[in-house]
Amino acid sequence: MGMHNKTKSRLAGLALMAWSGMALAAWELNFQAPATKAAQTVIDLHDLMMIIIVIIFIGVFAVMFYSVFAHRKSKGHQAAQFHDNTLVEIAWTVIPLLILIGMAWPATKAVLNMRDTSQADITIKATGYQWKWGYDYLKGEGEGIRFMSLMATPPEQIRGAAAKGGNYLLEVDRHLVVPVGKKIRVLTTATDVIHSWWVPALAVKQDAIPGYVRDTWFRAEKEGIYRGQCAELCGKDHAFMPIVVEVVSAEKYTQWVGAQKQQMAAAADEGAKTFSRDELMSRGEKVYAANCVACHQANGKGLPPTFPGLDGSKIATGPKAAHIDIVLHGKANTAMAAYGGQLSDGDIAAVVTYERNAWGNKTGDVVQPAEIKAARK
Amino acid sequence: MEATHAHGAGHAHGDGHSHHPKGIMRWITTTNHKDIGTMYLWFSFAMFMVGGVMALIIRAELFQPGLQYVQPEFFNQMITLHGLIMVFGAIMPAFVGFANWMLPMMIGAPDMAFARMNNWSFWLLPPAGILLTASMFVPGGAAGTGWTLYPPLSIQMGIGMDMAIFAVHILGMSSIMGSINIVTTILNLRAPGMTLMRMPMFCWTWLITGFLLIAVMPVLAGAVTMILTDRHFGTSFFSAAGGGDPVLFQHIFWFFGHPEVYIIALPAFGVVSHVIPAFARKPIFGYTSMVYAIASIALISFIVWAHHMYVVGMPVAGQLYFMYATILIAVPTGVKVFNWVATMWRGSMTFETPMLFALGFLFLFTIGGFTGLVLSNTAIDVQLQDTYYVVAHFHYVMVAGALFSAFAAVYYWLPKWTGHMYDETLGKWHFWLSIVSFNIAFFPQHFLGLAGMPRRIPDYALQFADFNQVSTIGAFGFGLSQLLFLYVVLKAIRGGEKAAAKPWEGATGLEWTVPSPAPYHTFEEPPVLTEAKGHA
Amino acid sequence: MSANRNADNRRVLVRLLAVAALMFGFGYAMVPLYQKFCEVTGINNLLNPDDALRNTQVDTSRKVTVEFDANLHGLPWSFKPGQTSVSVHPGELVHVVYRVSNTRNHPVTGQAIPSYGPQLAAAHFKKMECFCFARQTLGPGESREMPVVFVIDPALPKDVNTITLSYTFFEVAGAAAEPAPQLRRPGA
Repeated sequence: MGMHNKTKSRLAGLALMAWSGMALAAWELNFQAPATKAAQTVIDLHDLMMIIIVIIFIGVFAVMFYSVFAHRKSKGHQAAQFHDNTLVEIAWTVIPLLILIGMAWPATKAVLNMRDTSQADITIKATGYQWKWGYDYLKGEGEGIRFMSLMATPPEQIRGAAAKGGNYLLEVDRHLVVPVGKKIRVLTTATDVIHSWWVPALAVKQDAIPGYVRDTWFRAEKEGIYRGQCAELCGKDHAFMPIVVEVVSAEKYTQWVGAQKQQMAAAADEGAKTFSRDELMSRGEKVYAANCVACHQANGKGLPPTFPGLDGSKIATGPKAAHIDIVLHGKANTAMAAYGGQLSDGDIAAVVTYERNAWGNKTGDVVQPAEIKAARK
Repeated sequence: MEATHAHGAGHAHGDGHSHHPKGIMRWITTTNHKDIGTMYLWFSFAMFMVGGVMALIIRAELFQPGLQYVQPEFFNQMITLHGLIMVFGAIMPAFVGFANWMLPMMIGAPDMAFARMNNWSFWLLPPAGILLTASMFVPGGAAGTGWTLYPPLSIQMGIGMDMAIFAVHILGMSSIMGSINIVTTILNLRAPGMTLMRMPMFCWTWLITGFLLIAVMPVLAGAVTMILTDRHFGTSFFSAAGGGDPVLFQHIFWFFGHPEVYIIALPAFGVVSHVIPAFARKPIFGYTSMVYAIASIALISFIVWAHHMYVVGMPVAGQLYFMYATILIAVPTGVKVFNWVATMWRGSMTFETPMLFALGFLFLFTIGGFTGLVLSNTAIDVQLQDTYYVVAHFHYVMVAGALFSAFAAVYYWLPKWTGHMYDETLGKWHFWLSIVSFNIAFFPQHFLGLAGMPRRIPDYALQFADFNQVSTIGAFGFGLSQLLFLYVVLKAIRGGEKAAAKPWEGATGLEWTVPSPAPYHTFEEPPVLTEAKGHA
Repeated sequence: MSANRNADNRRVLVRLLAVAALMFGFGYAMVPLYQKFCEVTGINNLLNPDDALRNTQVDTSRKVTVEFDANLHGLPWSFKPGQTSVSVHPGELVHVVYRVSNTRNHPVTGQAIPSYGPQLAAAHFKKMECFCFARQTLGPGESREMPVVFVIDPALPKDVNTITLSYTFFEVAGAAAEPAPQLRRPGA
């Protein structure tokens, strides 16, 4: 491995650079630095193929360009009239076939390894929503943890009203935290349309298909933060549902699990608490910005006809119960999803309060978590 | 190209045909293969412009990170329409246009087998083109699913989706009728003595393409009909809720979609197999193996479809099978490339514009073929699926492959169509501008894909900014270069040096035995082929 | 053009049209073919109870972990497995439950679709009893425990030691009000 691979990588890299003529150091020319053996395997396979391809390419086109320069009429070259040569034709059918079989062999081994999801330490379900990811720790240490992971890049940066941060579009509010060196099995599914869960440094890409689970796995070799994106067009905000995997040491992971469990317990207790209007409004604004703004827009005007506005709408200014109901349960056959399973009682209370008192809506209503808990039954 | 058919000296036959209507009615009612070919070509060029403007909107938005010009939903509509219009509106009709114009002349037939149906198959196209383009302006806009129309996303779309489905139906009907016509013409109307194995290569490629089209367009029609009934009539072919499976659509779509790639590529191979021998002044190398290669490419194309779906989670045995089958396609494709290079070897070459485009095709199509080989490797494809690497790959195949070959065809046959030589200097400018700007636009996209940029996104992370900027500059250069192409063609129609019946020294084939411009009616009496003439 | 040639042309036309029509049919035929393929290979046998395995020996030499997962697709229900996982011997008859409750104040009908990870396990996952074989209608606020009875086929490849059984409940729109349209799959 080691030395040999590095030389191969460099050779392939050089070949690529020569081919492109764009050997500028700051411009990414190759795969992201690998964090798993599988990702390294892909790089090795790709390097191998590039070397073979570049050699064949140069061979074929050296012949063609020699011919272009030497066998031209302007140099007085007379055309030969041959038009067949069985031996040559058999040779250039059989030799490529052998080369291709040679290429298929290591590829087969890599594929078999990539698809072997057995003996996993931790199983996590990644659920694609339009347009965010939800994670459930199903099995192993951390079992029972579940949360949503939303893009954290503020809209001002996207619209150009603020300077773009270093991880522009690749930052989320809650990382998927996993321990280093453990085999993590990822089940993917979706609630609405097909998404695809992809983290390049881990060499994991698996479509998330509504109604079905698929599985894949990775074992991160190094601690670090690895960023990816949804890879299957899933509608309007397909570009804005990143994936961030944070690989930490076993101890840190245990700490993280403990903290998560505490947080979840706290959220479950919220039903008993009462909050002030200001508390709910400022929390609601954050929940709104994270979950609702994509469709209903920051100014509450929506994008009719597909995404109706909330400013002055019947739901947001009418009876509280109907408003809570639609947020909890969604609206059938529309893009309005059920947030009951995604947000805590406190978050829903806050966002409903916010929607009923933001923009031109002046209902003065304050919704407390207890009401949400009651509405859930 | 209209000037071609002015009733000039070229009109050799003074019989009843001279009463055909004038003005617009002539074009609506015409059953003449040359008129219809001309209409196909202009339609395809118009669609090429429309789809090109959409491509430039996409590239403008991608010039820098952030959302500048368009909303994400409109961006998605642009990528969908760009794909559908370029594939079904521009490239396919262009090659049907060449077939209409040249096939009857190449095989010594007076016209296409079903002249009336030929007229219908053309006139189905404009309504479909309008339907697609107009879907942008209905509430909710056009389909924003990408040209692959995957459900359940396509189930969510508005009325624009239904319009796209109907457009695909109409375009499919048109292609099926066109293909039936072409296949029948080739099978039944060849001049006496022209056996199948003496047929020009362009005829061979179209014969096989015709069969491919007849076999797969109905499958696509079925797939989009299922989406339509899922959307409106409560079926659930593709919804898990009703016992269907969204992945099933992908299987049906790519069962059409992969042969479709060769439907586009094979006629392009045919054109190049005429241009290279003509300008190398040497017969095509390995005619028989070329024919076998085309036929095996067509056959293999039916059994590789799921290589577009390596990450949907199919069983590992499926992944391996589709990888092996896909790798196999490289063999006949390689044979073709080797044959073309061998045709040039020890020829006596000149480099007029058609030859330049054919060489550009050969060079760039080979790059596209090689990146296809990389993608066929399932392990690597897991990283590259749905990234800009794929975008780069299929633009090397579609643009540098099919489009460059279409340019070669236009320059090669323009003297026959118009009776004038085009402006060689401007033609060469068009070639060099196109090939340089094409590579600036698309080569960097390989790096974007490798580095992890997904396709079909209107905004991207900062590390992708540099290459995207380069790519956009190239794309605008490429788009603007095509205006030069329009100018060169118009200039040749309006006048220029008179073209001889056979303007290219090394050209062979029956089409060069009739005067330039080709008379309105040719080969009303079949020509007699002598043993010496052989195939093109 | 001679009449002879016209007849020839028409014959080719008819044949090619027939090919086109056949291929249109083939597009549709891919639907049952795909299902058949999935059933035969066990990838996707959704709605039929499996026959009890005859003469199966319980393979006590190894254990397989079966994980349970539940998803809702637009249903105002709560839906959870009664247990996150069980460890079983292949060949052993296993009873588990899922808990579901309707959180609305009107009846709602749903249909559950099972799915397996890894997929190849599906062929070896034999369900004798499952709530997914039929539609489930829950009254207002009703809760229910729904059983699943299954056997892992001892022929399960040795390298598979974890299987996830995942259900997704879909709402069957309007089913409570009108007679249910038939699912296309057999045995629904």
